[in-house]
Amino acid sequence: MATLRIPTPLRPYAEGQTEVSVQGATVGEALNDLVNQYPSLTKHLFNEAGELRPFVNLFLGDEDVRHLQGVATPLKENDKLMIIPSIAGG
Amino acid sequence: MKLEITKTILDQIHDHGAAAYPEEGAGLMLGQANGNTRVVRTILALNNAREDSARHNRYLLTAHDMLAGEQEAARLGLDIVGVFHSHPDHPDQPSEFDREWALPWFSYLITRVDQGKAISSRSWRLTDGRDEFGEEFIQVIQEASGR
Repeated sequence: MATLRIPTPLRPYAEGQTEVSVQGATVGEALNDLVNQYPSLTKHLFNEAGELRPFVNLFLGDEDVRHLQGVATPLKENDKLMIIPSIAGG
Repeated sequence: MKLEITKTILDQIHDHGAAAYPEEGAGLMLGQANGNTRVVRTILALNNAREDSARHNRYLLTAHDMLAGEQEAARLGLDIVGVFHSHPDHPDQPSEFDREWALPWFSYLITRVDQGKAISSRSWRLTDGRDEFGEEFIQVIQEASGR
């Protein structure tokens, strides 16, 4: 199982967990498993159309998965995935 | 909901907003969460990563900024507890764009900067439903000067 690190502001929606074990062969499947385990995370990660919100960045090691294969990026056993938000406003 | 911040740190935030004028300045607040209170211990004043033409009314802190912020917070035994940014010649209230991009739990401190002078700050948190910001009380701690 891969592990997924949750940023501080989203931990209250994951029962305070810093890291969650997630199942899935890809980043997208791992994210689906995460929100199945903690459904109240869904609205903060995905918009009403089911797309990842623009501030949600997923890093596999030091690499932004956008520069890999996006949510189709394969995951291996023991991979460490991190949600790193970017912050924007006006 | 309350944000505790020393006058020294609030002055640093105001100085950053004034220096960035007429563009928006932004950064991270590091500290501790104590129940529903966020206590600011230090800040990381960062560069606004938006393109030149947008920096007068938009700011961006990149994922790499956040990674660096997380690492600095961990080094200090703190957490990132919020974000500060300035509104040049605009009220210290969140915009619709601020709401769309906001994360829950964080405190969002907004400073109004008029004609290059920081005027006032108010702090806000996104509601669980993501539909609005609620204002939180800012408690400014006056440190003893010791002089």
